[in-house]
Amino acid sequence: MATGQFKDGIAAGRLEPARYSDNFSDLHPPLDDHEALVEADRCYFCYDAPCMQACPTSIDIPMFIREIATGNPIGSAKTIFDQNILGGMCARVCPTETLCEEVCVRETAEGKPVQIGRLQRYATDEAMRQGKQFYERAASSGKKIAVVGAGPAGLACAHRLAVNGHDVVIFEARPKAGGLNEYGIAAYKTVDGFAQAEVDYVTAVGGIEIRYGQALGRDFSIASLSGEYDAVFLGMGLAGVNALRADGEDADGVENAVEFIAELRQASDLGKLPVGRRVVVIGGGMTAIDAAIQSKLLGSEDVTICYRRGKERMNASEYEQDLAAANGVTIRHWLQPKKVIADKGKVTGIELEYTAEKDGKLAGTGETLTLAADQVFKAIGQKLEAGALNGSGNAAPELEGGRIKVDDERRTSLAKVWAGGDCIAGGEDLTVSAVAHGRDAAESIHRSLTSNGRA
Amino acid sequence: MADIRNNFVGIKSPNPFWLASAPPTDKAYNVERAFKAGWGGVVWKTLGEEGPPVVNVNGPRYGAIWGADRRLLGLNNIELITDRDLYLNLREIKQVKKNWPDRAIVVSLMVPCEEQAWKAILPLVEETGADGIELNFGCPHGMSERGMGSAVGQVPEYVEMVVRWCKANTRMPVITKLTPNITDVRKPARAAHAGGTDAVSLINTINSITSVDLDDFAPEPSIDGKGTHGGYCGPAVKPIAMNMVAEIARDPETRGLPISGIGGITTWRDAAEFMALGAGNVQVCTAAMTYGFKIVEEMISGLEAWMDAKGHRTLDDVIGRATPNVTDWQFLNLNYIAKARIDQDACIKCGRCHIACEDTSHQAITAVVDGQRHFEVIEAECVGCNLCVNVCPVEGCITMEPLAIGAVDERTGQNVSADYANWTTHPNNPAAKVAAE
Ligand SMILES: Cc1cc2nc3c(=O)[nH]c(=O)nc-3n(C[C@H](O)[C@H](O)[C@H](O)COP(=O)(O)OP(=O)(O)OC[C@H]3O[C@@H](n4cnc5c(N)ncnc54)[C@H](O)[C@@H]3O)c2cc1C
Ligand SMILES: Cc1cc2nc3c(=O)[nH]c(=O)nc-3n(C[C@H](O)[C@H](O)[C@H](O)COP(=O)(O)O)c2cc1C
Ligand code: SF4
Ligand code: SF4
Ligand code: SF4
Repeated sequence: MATGQFKDGIAAGRLEPARYSDNFSDLHPPLDDHEALVEADRCYFCYDAPCMQACPTSIDIPMFIREIATGNPIGSAKTIFDQNILGGMCARVCPTETLCEEVCVRETAEGKPVQIGRLQRYATDEAMRQGKQFYERAASSGKKIAVVGAGPAGLACAHRLAVNGHDVVIFEARPKAGGLNEYGIAAYKTVDGFAQAEVDYVTAVGGIEIRYGQALGRDFSIASLSGEYDAVFLGMGLAGVNALRADGEDADGVENAVEFIAELRQASDLGKLPVGRRVVVIGGGMTAIDAAIQSKLLGSEDVTICYRRGKERMNASEYEQDLAAANGVTIRHWLQPKKVIADKGKVTGIELEYTAEKDGKLAGTGETLTLAADQVFKAIGQKLEAGALNGSGNAAPELEGGRIKVDDERRTSLAKVWAGGDCIAGGEDLTVSAVAHGRDAAESIHRSLTSNGRA
Repeated sequence: MADIRNNFVGIKSPNPFWLASAPPTDKAYNVERAFKAGWGGVVWKTLGEEGPPVVNVNGPRYGAIWGADRRLLGLNNIELITDRDLYLNLREIKQVKKNWPDRAIVVSLMVPCEEQAWKAILPLVEETGADGIELNFGCPHGMSERGMGSAVGQVPEYVEMVVRWCKANTRMPVITKLTPNITDVRKPARAAHAGGTDAVSLINTINSITSVDLDDFAPEPSIDGKGTHGGYCGPAVKPIAMNMVAEIARDPETRGLPISGIGGITTWRDAAEFMALGAGNVQVCTAAMTYGFKIVEEMISGLEAWMDAKGHRTLDDVIGRATPNVTDWQFLNLNYIAKARIDQDACIKCGRCHIACEDTSHQAITAVVDGQRHFEVIEAECVGCNLCVNVCPVEGCITMEPLAIGAVDERTGQNVSADYANWTTHPNNPAAKVAAE
């Protein structure tokens, strides 16, 4: 019987044990001192820098790079953390090619942007290595704030609140903090337990208590929180998963990509993590790419992403698509799932229908294609688990397009309740945006609890 | 094909690129390698008087400053003259000259400021067959504490006296190497001229401390925690050196005195600029110490290519061509008006021109036009200062465009005059020589 890569069905241990650590090592290894200096030298210290405008947290990029160039990585880290306390994770996971680096003037000048993300990692790593804490909490305000979800949005909010002198309790449904940093981001982007190290670094400021295994909608409600706390921040991300709406979706081997990734991120031995010989991933975003690449890295023989529109409409950046291609993933366009084919309840393939866009509307053409598959991952988007918001009597926040509606300051329709991150309408599904929302909500909460920021 | 053969005070070399007196010319091994690489001549590392040679420090003797990517921009040293035996040097000079008859070998000398000392060494040098001597009146550290080097070069009377002694005691051409550590370099140049020198060479190095170690507060280069000023050289000193060359070239008292240009020369272009300002040839030290001898190939081919492109046949077509254009501020044409212009296709929108002009100058460059990030010169504010050109990271993106005669200068509302008018006649000048009414 075939073993390893060629073993049929869904199986663990497809690779030599040593291969796993190679495959899942740092995608962009850290810059050493020399590399950082050479790269920092390339920055022109632009006026009203385009990169800074493109950063959702508006980090003063020219300043932090200049601080690196002048041998002051600690000052540089402070410049970063002042705007983005999760600057370390963002340095690793931001799709810089569509954010700061896309608009770097050296991209305009010679097609090679300053490597802002890697420089950011250089500085933040150094500060974290030295255990350097930059913030002292303001005198206690006596106010208590509840934060739901210990993801990037919740952590950023909690940190800024704590710095401003408020006491924060984070209610987290899972056994670990970090949100998708811990359970979602591709393993090769955040190696060596960085997500937990960062949670520790952020909460070391003090005044932040995390209560694990506490789920909104199950263990408490928005109403109970707003009764007990001076303000509430909702940062619970998108816990629900969209359905394929294809026949046979409940066959064995049809899985949510996010759950597969979460399992992978928590696995202590990747050699024990089963994966299909032939994998089909349905979707076109970062989750689809990550599920596909990581399947390949676990030893799948054949991995295909099927996306229902053209390349340019994919949510995954061009860089991410190239990364998938470089890892041997096939990306096919204009295909939507029609029917999961199963034998004795187990997936053996998937029937897809070609699509075309007519007058801006997507429709099946009738022509179909069948791909053999031992495993099918659904990566067609996450959604707000609206159930969690219920149980609040009439006090559920207003939604918009299935997500929580907020104003400019991240206030929901409910008094005393703010929200940010993936769970809000207009969220960009980026770690860095979640951080910006959490931080800004904290400032808004602070202003509302004090008179204009003064206790 | 351009002919770049050089004849400097009768000393012939296949090209005008000489190595300056310094470590690259301290012994036969280096000089042989230099000649193999193609250098036209060398000024041998400075020899001292007979007797036990000087000693150097046994720790760092160089300090430096760097630009982006750790490009060496300025070097500083506390090295003394040769620390090798006089006769060993003389034997090697003789042998190398014999091996390379077509190359120039000039011997740099520094002995105490007594006629006897000079009388003693000159015949020894003559005997080697060397092409000439260079008097080291420049070394600013160590030797100057012993009354030599720049201690002599800073006193024009001493310069003249020593040059006179040498001229009286040798048939060899005498080149007097000047120190820049002086307020007016024309003074020692005039003195050397009066003493009968065949040429001057400049600059030697500039007094400097390159950096301070902030852990133990020691100036660099630091020897056991202490430092002393060293001599500064390399690309950073080129503008200072070129000004000094031009000052001597256009001084009525020294006009026509051959000059060997030294200081920061790194490429063919630097060399051509020195020669245009009046240098008859050039000497190089730091560039060779940074990159090795091979750079002379670039210097030769670059100079030839430029001369060919411009139709200059020999070095004489180039030497001193820019000298007449060096003048005093008071003679600059105040009716000449230029404005910066930004090539929007080349602009990468870094905004440096804007912030430089906005914060520190004349508020003459936009940042936003019609809600878009856009950098454009506001002619009504632009005084033509050139700052934006100098801070723009893209070559040729901002240019200074002279206004045509008759055009309106939007800043003043005046028409550009065809007349030349300078400060000496300007109405705001209290000392203006007013034309008779
Ligand atoms: C597979 C994948 C890969 C990604 N890769 C990238 C990437 O490379 N770069 C990038 O910028 N972005 C990436 N993203 C997006 C990014 O991870 C999210 O935008 C970001 O994590 C959102 O932060 P958040 O705090 O809003 O939510 P989350 O990170 O989802 O955190 C929400 C937290 O709330 C908790 N929670 C949920 N429901 C409840 C409840 N009812 N009660 C209490 N707690 C609850 C969760 O357990 C979690 O800890 C990726 C997303 C996925 C799914
Ligand atoms: C290490 C070092 C030693 C030097 N020693 C001498 C010397 O012995 N005699 C001398 O006339 N000039 C000496 N110089 C000065 C050089 O000849 C030259 O004038 C100066 O470095 C400027 O040229 P550059 O910018 O090309 O280096 C020395 C320079 C250096 C760097
Ligand atoms: S755009 Fe590029 S060059 Fe300009 S400040 Fe940002 S990183 Fe530096
Ligand atoms: S350059 Fe040579 S002599 Fe000088 S410190 Fe280095 S190894 Fe030693
Ligand atoms: S400095 Fe040059 S490149 Fe930068 S904005 Fe100005 S003109 Fe454009």
